Amino acid sequence: MSDHPGKISRRTFMRGTATVAAGVAVIGAPTEAGAQDLAPSRFSSSVTVRFEINGVDHVLDVEPRTTLLDAVRERLQLTGTKKGCNRGECGACTVLMDDRRVNSCLILAASTDGRKITTIEGLADGPVLHPVQQAFIDHDAFQCGFCTSGQIMSAVGCIAEGHAGSNAEIREWMSGNLCRCSAYPQIAAAVEAAAGEIV
Amino acid sequence: MRNFSYAQATSRADAIALLQQPETMSIAGGTELLNWKRIGIVEPARVVDITGIPDMEGVEALPNGGVRIGALTKLNDVAQHALIRDAYPVFSQAILKAASAQIRNLATIGGNPLQRVRCAYFRAEEPTPCNKRVAGSGCSAVAGIHDKHAIFGWTEDCVAVHPADPPVALAALDAAYVIENAKGVRRVPVQDIHVMPSENPAWHNILGNGDLITAIEIGAAATTSAYLKIRERESFEYATVSAAVALDLDGDVIRRARIALGSVAMRPWRLNATEQQLVGQRIGSSEAVAAVDAGFVDARPLSSNAYKITIARNATLRAIELAARAA
Repeated sequence: MSDHPGKISRRTFMRGTATVAAGVAVIGAPTEAGAQDLAPSRFSSSVTVRFEINGVDHVLDVEPRTTLLDAVRERLQLTGTKKGCNRGECGACTVLMDDRRVNSCLILAASTDGRKITTIEGLADGPVLHPVQQAFIDHDAFQCGFCTSGQIMSAVGCIAEGHAGSNAEIREWMSGNLCRCSAYPQIAAAVEAAAGEIV
Repeated sequence: MRNFSYAQATSRADAIALLQQPETMSIAGGTELLNWKRIGIVEPARVVDITGIPDMEGVEALPNGGVRIGALTKLNDVAQHALIRDAYPVFSQAILKAASAQIRNLATIGGNPLQRVRCAYFRAEEPTPCNKRVAGSGCSAVAGIHDKHAIFGWTEDCVAVHPADPPVALAALDAAYVIENAKGVRRVPVQDIHVMPSENPAWHNILGNGDLITAIEIGAAATTSAYLKIRERESFEYATVSAAVALDLDGDVIRRARIALGSVAMRPWRLNATEQQLVGQRIGSSEAVAAVDAGFVDARPLSSNAYKITIARNATLRAIELAARAA
């Protein structure tokens, strides 16, 4: 395929698997006149990341396409974090990255070097549950449980951000977590109770 | 998801050089690129991670009274920054009504306008005619499902709308994107970054290889402003229609009005005729209503979205009242 820049290249690229294969073969090959000769060597097909998960340091070699979600579940066997939609639409994969809640399906593991990640497995203090975990139990805030780890991680972030001041505020700021069992009233009540306990 | 090779840019110049490689795309928040790859919309051979570039994050006041926002600043951080929250409520509200709290912790304000249309045919996982997917393949939506599609500026080749909320507020504030490439720096008015289907139905925006949005600049404070988003559920949903309004008032008389609509066209749609006719009119007067109606003279519905004209007109009226109340 030709090396037209930008959108033309992208569209041409879409047209068939043959051109896709050709595109992959381009890696590391000489580039168009004017492009930096050194630049292709800057790109790598395997990345070493060092990050802290739940207080433990890890070193992983990952393919660039590996998401943080897949690294956590498949490589580190921390399967409490769930893969729901894998599109950022359901919130089941929510984790804390540097104490902020994020969708781990939308993050490349390669970009997490030096980061601190907290998953559902990192919340409890030994046998003592985190207040948000306990509140979910106390308020019966789940049925099937698949969304629950994401709900709890999101709630921890929501409370820390100061967006758990009322039931309405909790519902707005927790809207990135879907619950198809529709336990929303109990979830919001649990977050409200936990916020009162933590603050 | 097909694999790709990966590099982290260390500076703006480094990113611009790396992005000039063929079949290379940038990633910042990642909330779009990974989904594009999963669906098969793009297959870059190389991805440049720009999140480590210094000096591209944060909000700073400009000497002329405006603000400059680094392109890598996360949506939640922009919306909740005191300079934005207090001086540009329309912009803060638009951001906080976009996406979810988690996505706003990832997505960057510079990447936000580069999200692509939400038309179901464009996002289809099976091959479906769409000029934005494969140029020249046609538009499935014009005679298909298009109840959320355009009422302004569409052609038979593309009837999609741009879905982002923040650029609608930025358009009403006459903000500009600062774009850098190997040749230098240019400033582009916010509504001009998107490409209308009459110009090229296959394109999404004007950015070429090696173009990098580095900042957003907004002019003087617009405290009398508001954003109204109409959608089918109360949160975490794209707009059916949105309205961004910034007013200069003398009592209840409008000295100047700036109005942009979202999700009605391939770019934020300024209601120029309405803005001109509102000057000198009182909030809530019949003249003000007539001025709003004037903005919809050139609205053109598709076969199943005429309801959006009514909603957009009423949303505009309500947003004007909300902005006036913010005074």
